[in-house]
Amino acid sequence: MFRSGLDHGRRYNADRLLAPLLRLSAAVGALLLLLVVGFLLYEAWPVLRGGGWQAFWRDEGWYPLEGLFGLMPMLWASLAAALGAVLLATPLGLASAIFLQFYAPPLPAKLFRLVLSLLAGIPSVIYGLWGLTVLVPLIGRLQPPGASLLAAVLVLTLMILPTVALTGAAALGAVPRAWLTGAEALGMSRKGLILGVALPAARSGIAGGVLLSIARALGETMAVLMVAGNVVQLPTGLFEPVRVLTANIALEMAYATDGHRAALFASGLLLTLLVLVLAIAAARVSRGEPRHG
Amino acid sequence: MMGRFLPILLLALAVGPSTLAPASERVMLTGSSTVAPLALEIGKRFERLHPESRFEVQTGGSTRGVLDASSGMADIGMASRALKATEQDLTAHTIALDGIGIIVHQSNPVGELSREQIVAVFTGEIRNWQALGGPDRHITVVNKAEGRSTLELFLQHFGLRNSQIRAQVVIGDNQQGIKTVAGNPGAIGYVSIGAAESEQERGVAIRRLPLDGVPASVARVRDGSYPLARPLNLITRGDIPPRLKGFIDYARSAAVSDLVEGLYFVPLRP
Repeated sequence: MFRSGLDHGRRYNADRLLAPLLRLSAAVGALLLLLVVGFLLYEAWPVLRGGGWQAFWRDEGWYPLEGLFGLMPMLWASLAAALGAVLLATPLGLASAIFLQFYAPPLPAKLFRLVLSLLAGIPSVIYGLWGLTVLVPLIGRLQPPGASLLAAVLVLTLMILPTVALTGAAALGAVPRAWLTGAEALGMSRKGLILGVALPAARSGIAGGVLLSIARALGETMAVLMVAGNVVQLPTGLFEPVRVLTANIALEMAYATDGHRAALFASGLLLTLLVLVLAIAAARVSRGEPRHG
Repeated sequence: MMGRFLPILLLALAVGPSTLAPASERVMLTGSSTVAPLALEIGKRFERLHPESRFEVQTGGSTRGVLDASSGMADIGMASRALKATEQDLTAHTIALDGIGIIVHQSNPVGELSREQIVAVFTGEIRNWQALGGPDRHITVVNKAEGRSTLELFLQHFGLRNSQIRAQVVIGDNQQGIKTVAGNPGAIGYVSIGAAESEQERGVAIRRLPLDGVPASVARVRDGSYPLARPLNLITRGDIPPRLKGFIDYARSAAVSDLVEGLYFVPLRP
């Protein structure tokens, strides 16, 4: 983009005013995160210190009142549910994004975008209630008990689909017009243009959105708690009930004391670190985006 | 963040002692985490009627409630069980009853299960309703999450450990349990009787199984004939001191029935 010297100078002045403010609010945000992690560390310390955390993968099963703290099955369940949802939501979300950007006439596109935003804004407990009263009995008819990994994956898919679709559409929308018109001028078909030019150009933005939606799926609590069955076991089949880490914290925190409580905080710490890694990866991927100019 | 609260804290310390109620009006309750929420609610309401009184509720299990009442560490102990024969120096004041009903789907034709059958179902020895005289349908065992008082009472009554139970669904609160059973024709679970009865009356597709031939109802819990139930007690040592009598009488009165029912317990009087 063309940038005049005068323009540049004015922007610099505005920056001088704005920068400290922005720096301050960014620092507050970062500090809050540090506080949260610090708090989690503090609460989880009794378990981390004495080497009690080794029980997390050594113990057979999760029976805190009997002193058994094996939480690996729940970690795997969390990962399985989140990955399953992402596997389903990514193609659907991408298709929605492509439809929005390249195929939909203006009015349907507007409506579809509204629907997606609405889907993104529905409270998770509503998805959970729908899952518990509609989806779980339906799956139960196929194979009891119905409350299962599959139900969790489906509900999560529905919840992260709008995220994938909207971030995907934004990434596709950021592809420079000139590239698209250039491709068109070269006589590329619509399909060739989307697959050959738009998607490759937007891929880092799309990947960032997908990573963020994995983080959202990992952190989702209420909806999964209501449909997943919450039995602590390794996710061996789609129809098997599982308990995810977040659901475990929600189910037991109110009644947990001492080591049990610390173990729950430790699992919260683990989740936070997982989500942090995902967020960092998302930022990395997005930064790798080619600069259009 | 601490910095913001520090002045408030100091202020509270400075003016606190003069505004706090005199020591004689402060009542300390410790013990069962099942009784604690109820005691807390009753305490709050009592404080509104008697602004000079202050209640402090701490949990730590029925055993602690009994020990603290006996040692005088607490003014009132809380216990979700009856007193033992060795605890004759203490007096139990029952404020509510807690009963658990075993529920199945409304369409389930199985009429009653024996104690042994229930244990076999929950430990996974029997996995199909056919073995119990029902249709050829997989049994879905609905268990409560660890730490819930209903789980504790259920395990204690049937002499089980939680790790012996082979559940297909683990739930948090009563409502989730009722919705889970209502949505699954092969499910069996257990919830507070108060919750099950009111939901069934509202047309939710569940049925309560009788236990040892006694129907699972609030009325049978109240008259003491239903076996899977326990009293929720306030415990005092010896004669009740006059300053506690008002509160204990209030906690046992019909004025708190709504609080008792709100927590899915059974009030002493209908």
